[in-house]
Amino acid sequence: MMPPRLTTQPLDAAALLASVQGATLGGTALFLGTVRRSPEDGEVEGIEYTAYEAMAEEELGRIVAEAREHWPQGRVAVLHRLGYVPTGEASVAVAVGAPHRADAFAACRWVIDEIKRRAPIWKKERLPDGAARWVEQAHA
Amino acid sequence: MKVTVLVFASYAEALGRDALDVELPAGATVASCVEAVRRLTGERVPPRPLVAVNRRYAKPDTPLNPGDEVAVIPPVAGG
Repeated sequence: MMPPRLTTQPLDAAALLASVQGATLGGTALFLGTVRRSPEDGEVEGIEYTAYEAMAEEELGRIVAEAREHWPQGRVAVLHRLGYVPTGEASVAVAVGAPHRADAFAACRWVIDEIKRRAPIWKKERLPDGAARWVEQAHA
Repeated sequence: MKVTVLVFASYAEALGRDALDVELPAGATVASCVEAVRRLTGERVPPRPLVAVNRRYAKPDTPLNPGDEVAVIPPVAGG
């Protein structure tokens, strides 16, 4: 039974980390993507995340399966939040446990990069004046 | 054959709806489905968008079957 990879609830990073830990796994890496306010983009109050949900679940599942092929001794867990996420809160979490830290870091990096490249998820920024605008992926 | 095309995010907003029914000849490809969508929607969808068939990304020359779930996907921005 695969765990869900999408949620509308605030992300529980501690639970996600716990799910990839184990006695043989000496390195655990956690990435959180957090909605940020940046002066050059305007005072973003939050981001509305929407998705092609059926495909996003499958694509996130494929990314996790591919990570397990690249790093067979690793454990990988992913959670992406949908709906309105206020600035300062996390919208995505990737947790990896591996025997050693090199693989934990590498796998974690690879998974978040793939999520950003492939997952059918979109974001719309909400600005203080009530305006909203669609965002295209830009930063790394 | 009839194919239902799902649209999302900025495309759905531009079209004012989240799905379109498109009539295609048997053996039509993703590319011809996109052309049909563009004709129906006054070209509010770009010429070569990301397309998924049955929840997997598909190339323009992928053939379609009746009942396939096709989706036209704006540039993604998750993560």
